[in-house]
Amino acid sequence: MKARHKRLAMIVAGLVLIAAAAVLITKSFRSNLVFFFTPTQVEKGEAPKSGNFRIGGLVEQGTLKRLPDGLRVQFKVTDTAKSMLVEYKGILPDLFKEGKGVVAEGSLNQDGLFVATQVLAKHDENYMPPEAAAAIAKAQANKTNTLSTENNK
Amino acid sequence: MIPEIGQFSLILAFCFAIIQGILPLIGVWKNQPKLANTVVPAARAQFVFIIIAFLCLDYSFYVNDFSVLYVASNSNSQLPLIYRLAALWGGHEGSMLLWVTILSVWTMAVTMFVKNLPESFRIRLIAVMGLVSIGFLAFILFTSNPFERLIPAAMDGRDLNPLLQDPGMVFHPPVLYMGYVGFSVAFAFAIAALLDGRLDITWARWTRPWTTVAWVFLTLGIAFGSRWAYYELGWGGWWFWDAVENASFMPWLVGTALIHSLAVTEKRDAFKVWTVLLSICAFSLSLLGTFLVRSGVLTSVHAFATDPSRGLFILLYLVVVIGGALLLFALRAPNVGLGERFGVVSRESMLLANNVVLAAAAGSVMLGTLYPLLMDALGAGKISVGPPYFDAVFVAIMVPGIFLLGLGPLAKWKKANLPEIGVRIRVAAVISLLSAVLVPFIMGKLTAMVAMGVFMGVWVISTTFVLLINRVKTRGMTGAKLIDTLKSIPLAFYGMLVAHLGIGIFVLGVTLVKGYESEQDLRMDVSDTATIQNLVFRFEGVKDITGPNYMSSQGSIAVSQNGKEIVTLKPEKRFYPVQGSVMTEADIKPGIVRDLYVSLGEPLENGAWSVRIYIKPFVQWIWAGCMLMALGGVLALSDRRYRVANKKAAMDAGYVPGVEA
Repeated sequence: MKARHKRLAMIVAGLVLIAAAAVLITKSFRSNLVFFFTPTQVEKGEAPKSGNFRIGGLVEQGTLKRLPDGLRVQFKVTDTAKSMLVEYKGILPDLFKEGKGVVAEGSLNQDGLFVATQVLAKHDENYMPPEAAAAIAKAQANKTNTLSTENNK
Repeated sequence: MIPEIGQFSLILAFCFAIIQGILPLIGVWKNQPKLANTVVPAARAQFVFIIIAFLCLDYSFYVNDFSVLYVASNSNSQLPLIYRLAALWGGHEGSMLLWVTILSVWTMAVTMFVKNLPESFRIRLIAVMGLVSIGFLAFILFTSNPFERLIPAAMDGRDLNPLLQDPGMVFHPPVLYMGYVGFSVAFAFAIAALLDGRLDITWARWTRPWTTVAWVFLTLGIAFGSRWAYYELGWGGWWFWDAVENASFMPWLVGTALIHSLAVTEKRDAFKVWTVLLSICAFSLSLLGTFLVRSGVLTSVHAFATDPSRGLFILLYLVVVIGGALLLFALRAPNVGLGERFGVVSRESMLLANNVVLAAAAGSVMLGTLYPLLMDALGAGKISVGPPYFDAVFVAIMVPGIFLLGLGPLAKWKKANLPEIGVRIRVAAVISLLSAVLVPFIMGKLTAMVAMGVFMGVWVISTTFVLLINRVKTRGMTGAKLIDTLKSIPLAFYGMLVAHLGIGIFVLGVTLVKGYESEQDLRMDVSDTATIQNLVFRFEGVKDITGPNYMSSQGSIAVSQNGKEIVTLKPEKRFYPVQGSVMTEADIKPGIVRDLYVSLGEPLENGAWSVRIYIKPFVQWIWAGCMLMALGGVLALSDRRYRVANKKAAMDAGYVPGVEA
């Protein structure tokens, strides 16, 4: 009787612990999911107004400029259909280049400027981050779609 | 000619792997000793031919044979010799060859050192390793041949990725793979036991050293990788929760659980089914890691090529190996038996909790790593899981585990007395609480996380000493006999103490660097100074230098403390012309209490540069902790009594070497 109670208590305690862990994990998991948007989607207002998300595409040629304080930089990220301005404070990664693929994580400020907390450019001349490649492919596909629907009209 | 010899050897090795993997299993099943006895010669022949293939490929790197596609894509005539040789595992095909080479090294070791096991078990054990090898050799031969020719030959190679031109490249991959692949031995032990239907104390005693060796290598491999990332990537992080790191960390967590549960199986004949399952999981996670890294589904420093047919092959292989192993487990595990019972509070229950914690931690890492891939595969959009998830969840799960780490070794097997343990740990608890208040006070800032981290670190260290003192007391310690008493304690026990001490040191390092690091990105003109804490950093400009295969801008930053110069750091910005890539080389002054870390950003106008200056308190403790964990493993392995006991157990169990069971 007593041993059985003990065992039951152990099982209940175990279950409570597991449930608590599961709740903790899913909660933390949800709040740390970072979604990816293309510049076109951001322009359409699909991206969250507050909170972190990722954008990706190509760094538009001739748009990289350094602000007077010497540390903040601004550049435009394009998916070839739309482009958006990104500001980043800090040192850019070695492989960051105009005309190359880039992924940035950050959030929109009140003026609609994307302030990046992290800029990722990956390590190969010919290599494009898949997110950036996907953004461009999507924009291109949309273009052809709109063209063909226009033609159909 | 040489590459063709390599290619041919690889094909022969594949044939021998098939013999090694299939014939002996049929032989044992049909009771045909002739077939069964092919296992050792086949395994050794496979080893020889794989080594030949490996040497042939490395020879092609040595002589700059750019008519071999793989050499042309990963090396260059200007590349220093040591990196040319290490470039063998700088790309996809060569890494796979390294994988299978290390597997054959492990198999060879098994054929040499596993002697006193019953014949049928030994044959199955080696055959299972052959089965694993078949898959990987087929993968290399059919989808990723490193010996493929390039006609006409290239004038020069495309060079090794500059990121990989570092001493870390020479050690990190082979050591990590020794760990990864080493779990194949534990896996083969588990499968052989399921096939054999025999799983007892002797089995655990035999599996243990192999698992420990693999675990030591994996620990070192991960630590090397972390250290390398710390100085090479130029922004001072030591762990990024990058999917590839997670891929090596999951087998480590499960492997750690496994070496503990094996201890229970050996000492108490309990946890048997669980141990077998962990053995299967540890190796499955190693395979999953290989899949994640090599299939191109991930984007990271480690992902070389994107080729869907490769990904599909590895995925199929995973399904066959893991699915097959789990199916066998489901069918045969009930025969294994559960083993001895134990009390609610006992060494066993504590170790069970340790296992649950480690498994849950591995599970939560897996969720964060695989979920984005799954969503992407299902077309549900691209997402990523941020490091805060891993930080929060991992810490929350590990805290109770680390607390129990202090109690577990003090608890008795079978049934322990909680109040008795309470008395023993009183002093340790007081020391830990005091440190949790004092350390933040000395460092100048108190946060809940730091206080908790310091408590945990000191708790582990102080309870470890309590454990040692206790052990000495029970053996009767008086004055001069102390040395004798210390000598009489088995090395395995010291191994545990040292490994646990390593955890404590590691926890302290992580806590203090997270809590008190200072990171600044600054714009510095020539002879500008920056004062951080009590240190003055003076930028003395940049000069151009030339390396063997790169040009470099080398900055010079003098650091002084109280007017006295302590060091001049020379970070570099290198340009590698072959790949047209730029590399940041940080310069670090390591120290016991803090690292000074400086790296160059970009040139601004008039000789000014953007400069990163980091102060990383106690960061070296992180790797020192890992080294201690590995050292603990090595001590446990060198326990002499242990090996003697091994032979004795084999005799007791009635296993006589060389007799067909």
